[in-house]
Amino acid sequence: MSTAPDPPSEEDLPAPAVQNRRWIPRLVWVVPIAAAVIGISLLIRNWENQGPRVTISFLSGEGVQVGKTLVKYRDVAVGRVSAVRLSADHETVEVSADLSKDAASLLKADTQFWIVRPRIGVGSVSGLDTLLSGVYIGMKTGNATRRERQFVGLESPPALSHGPNGRELQLHAVRAGSLPIGAPVYFRQFQVGRVIDENLLPDGSTRVTVFIESPYDNFVKPVTRFWNASGIDVKLGADGLNVQTESLAAVIAGGLAFDDGPIEALFVAGGASGEFTLYKNESEAMAPPDGEPHYVRMRFTQALRGLEVGAPVEFVGVNIGSVVAVDLGYESHDRSFPVIVTAKLYPRRMGQAYEVLAAQGKTESVETLAAFVGTLVNRGLRAQPRSASLLTGKLYIALDFLPASPRAAFDPSIRPLELPTVNGTFQELEASVGQLVRKVNNLPLEQIAADLHTDLTDLHETLSEVHARVLPNAVDTLSALHSTLESADRTLDVESPLQRGLTETLSETRSTLQAVRELADYIDRHPDALLRGRRPQKMPERPAASTSDAKP
Amino acid sequence: MDQRCPRCRSRIERRAPFSTEMTLAWLIAGIVLYIPANLLPVMHTSGLLGEEDSTILGGILEFWRSGDWDIALLIFTASVAVPFTKFIAIGLLVFTVRKNSRWQQHQRTALYRIVEFIGYWSMLDVIVVALTAALMQFQVLGAAEPRAGIAFFCAVVVVTMLSALSFDPRLIWDRPA
Repeated sequence: MSTAPDPPSEEDLPAPAVQNRRWIPRLVWVVPIAAAVIGISLLIRNWENQGPRVTISFLSGEGVQVGKTLVKYRDVAVGRVSAVRLSADHETVEVSADLSKDAASLLKADTQFWIVRPRIGVGSVSGLDTLLSGVYIGMKTGNATRRERQFVGLESPPALSHGPNGRELQLHAVRAGSLPIGAPVYFRQFQVGRVIDENLLPDGSTRVTVFIESPYDNFVKPVTRFWNASGIDVKLGADGLNVQTESLAAVIAGGLAFDDGPIEALFVAGGASGEFTLYKNESEAMAPPDGEPHYVRMRFTQALRGLEVGAPVEFVGVNIGSVVAVDLGYESHDRSFPVIVTAKLYPRRMGQAYEVLAAQGKTESVETLAAFVGTLVNRGLRAQPRSASLLTGKLYIALDFLPASPRAAFDPSIRPLELPTVNGTFQELEASVGQLVRKVNNLPLEQIAADLHTDLTDLHETLSEVHARVLPNAVDTLSALHSTLESADRTLDVESPLQRGLTETLSETRSTLQAVRELADYIDRHPDALLRGRRPQKMPERPAASTSDAKP
Repeated sequence: MDQRCPRCRSRIERRAPFSTEMTLAWLIAGIVLYIPANLLPVMHTSGLLGEEDSTILGGILEFWRSGDWDIALLIFTASVAVPFTKFIAIGLLVFTVRKNSRWQQHQRTALYRIVEFIGYWSMLDVIVVALTAALMQFQVLGAAEPRAGIAFFCAVVVVTMLSALSFDPRLIWDRPA
């Protein structure tokens, strides 16, 4: 700048005008402000992203780790466990989890949580990834509108953690058999669904909830019948041995199957609301609808050994029910012990006849049945124990028309209905078999055997005589016959002298005969030759005659 | 008034202008940035055993718990002790200079030298993360990725170094006018 050789004294200088132009370095304050803004915005974003915290109580916190265990929805992590502690009563483990903000809408009152651990069963293997990565908490959202932050975790995973489309059905059964949750449901050997829940209802029956995946849920119609497919169905029928299973897995682990019911089921409403009956097996499921059973009582005066509870009751050969009780009664007036058999009948199985009758009557009431049975009894319907198998001695009750049987009283007002009975024929059979045995017993078997023995001895002697005498003679005769035949053979041989002589003789004879014929011809032409003799000049020699024949 | 270098024409000042102000500004920026650097995860590791976000303090605790107290101590020194020391030291220097204090001038100068020196060594965390992320890339078996926290931490180191650089140690010795 300007360098003054003589710096003026301070007094001469004008007062410096302070110009605060150098504000640019102050821009450095932008940096902490920007840092603060970034920090605060991050905090706000973090706070905004802060999802809800849920508390889930489990019976056991096995494998759950704070800060590590994830909460997954459809296999995507939506949260992380933030705390695990015991509940106040030390009965459960309370797991707190921080979920992401977008998972907040999944938290409904009926949202389900469960701990996913590796599970290896006959039917399925699941959660194997948790072997290495540790457990995680599965989550399934619900349908409720109410929101909730406190949940009770499931002890076992629901069969359907995130639902494919389909239909849930309720099956009712007295006994569900061995049906684990997740057991397969088959439609014509195809797995189309699974068992997702089982409940024991207050009345002691079981309700099985199954899920049929779409589009197979279209196969479920009101007439569909469900049955327990676990086990092997072995049937020995007229067409041979018939083994039926749904799948090996179903045999071991249990399973259900369904199919269209019998055609008759079309006429019976039911199942439209997703409620079905679960039958014990396929044949039971496919039986025509039975309607309500009716109970009847029969009084037999003979011993019924071999009649068991469950024995069939057949009406003209058709199974229409089964025996439910066999009791011993006591008749005081003649001090006898009749056998009282109670049976349940499904009158619908009697077929059209009953339906016609039921249609005429008001409803399917006991009165209708009583009236129907009354007419049948008048026509000779009787209950009769019969032998189902001679081998096992099992009995069944046959309801059959036996017009020859004595007239029986039928009181349609007694409940349960009491059917008139006749005694079984199996005892007659026994008697006749006994008679047969007795006759066989009476046969003089020993004597017959002795006679037979004598005869056989005689026969033996005769045969040995034949052997000793007749046979050697026969051998001699045969050898003589053999030499005779041999000589005959030799005689007839072409080379034998006899043969040759015979041949010569025959040719001689032939030429002789030729000469005779020529003579006869000559005489025929010249009959005078007989008187005058032959004229040699006119008659050419035999060879010449043949040439003259050739000339003309 | 303006005195300029006859050769490069840059302004000649008796003392670095706005030294304490700029130091303070950088210092505040460093402190502000240090908060997200510690709250946000610095590294994301994923592997067969699950995936995890780790923060600086979380990593130190993890090492400490698993028995590697030496590594824990090293990381603690580099990423907690050193930045805090720098914040406190620079804050103390700025404060005393503003007050025109004549207290412990020698020691304060020495403190400034130390702060300036350790600034170069504060990038330990950043280097650890950079190396881990570069080396640990085994796809499914294991992978490490840096996360936002480490960028903030890096910024903290840079900003505190700038803070130390903008401080004019001669101010320590200045007498009040």
